[in-house]
Amino acid sequence: MTDLHPQILAILQNIADVKSPLSVGPDDSLFDAGILDSFLLPGLVTALEKAFGIKIPDADLSSQRFETVNRIAEYVRSRS
Amino acid sequence: MTTATAGQPAAFLVHVACYLPARVVTSAEVAAARGVDPEWIRTTSGIEERRYGAPDETAETMGIEAARRCLAGAPDASIGMVLMSTGSASRRWPGPATTVATALGLGSVPALDLPMPSAGGVSALALAQALAPLHGDVLVIAAEKMSDIVARPDTHPNVAVLFGDGAAACIVSARRGVARILGSVLHSDGAFADALHLPVDGPLHMDGRTIIMQAARKLPQVILEVLDQHAIGLSAVRMFLLHQANLNLLRQVSKTLGVADEVVFSNIRGYGNTSSASALIALAEWDGLSALETGAPVVLAAFGAGLQWGAVLLVRA
Repeated sequence: MTDLHPQILAILQNIADVKSPLSVGPDDSLFDAGILDSFLLPGLVTALEKAFGIKIPDADLSSQRFETVNRIAEYVRSRS
Repeated sequence: MTTATAGQPAAFLVHVACYLPARVVTSAEVAAARGVDPEWIRTTSGIEERRYGAPDETAETMGIEAARRCLAGAPDASIGMVLMSTGSASRRWPGPATTVATALGLGSVPALDLPMPSAGGVSALALAQALAPLHGDVLVIAAEKMSDIVARPDTHPNVAVLFGDGAAACIVSARRGVARILGSVLHSDGAFADALHLPVDGPLHMDGRTIIMQAARKLPQVILEVLDQHAIGLSAVRMFLLHQANLNLLRQVSKTLGVADEVVFSNIRGYGNTSSASALIALAEWDGLSALETGAPVVLAAFGAGLQWGAVLLVRA
């Protein structure tokens, strides 16, 4: 699979309803950066499932798994 | 998974009542004490006030008061069993059920504890459906004094401000009642036990992000599961009475289900999260059952520590 970061950043930008492209490092906490919070996480999961054609099982629904762009990319790759 | 369905003897909800302690604690007050922005509390949780019990009130005393109010509304009830849920009992054991049963003058009826926060009240109601035909009228009590638990100074401020105290009680009978308990579904998953737990000697810990992710998926699933078992569509449900953990979570559930916010009851603004008592307090406060036409469905559902989650389907009798 190709570099997933641009696609993930676009999803995050849409979920967070931000107009300008996100400025966040691949290992920066999306929570600390104010991009994600508890109530955006369910929407992120749904968007990732739709965008990448994957199923994210309940057992994988822990916040740490989605804390950074790199972790999200690693997870998506593991499910693809 | 455990399910109770139409194959078993009928059980009915006879009466429900609640007790909320008198002291109103505003978000401004609790925010100042904990160093939290009151506006953050409101926007993150929808909570503006909660009730705190007096120093001499406990989960047991609040449960007794809720039960007395409930029994007063059902003078013909003949209680054959007590089920009490709480995650904030005043001692480790014995649990509060026997103390409460004795205080109510119920003699030697079996009085069982469900030491379950969050989903305990809904779980007790589901069990009462199965037990009422065997034991006689079941008095279900859910009571919490969460203010004692979050009073620990090492409780995370963002967690401490969410909780309040309260109690509710209902009577389930095999004979008659205002609503038939048509079925229930209960689930658990210990893999996430650490995401929300209270150590023996430590502060309440909550990984709120993980809990919200899990709840936002499992609550709609279990609601659909109990409705599917009885071939009832979502649009037929007149009210959803959910564990009052967070207003944003309630809105997320209504969005996922595709139902109007107006049919998802909420009183969290005034009471905060009263843990296992909240869904039954919601049932008592809503007080809409008697106005429904025969057969109209209502769903109770809860999710929380364990993880434990479940739903109970009522229809107006």
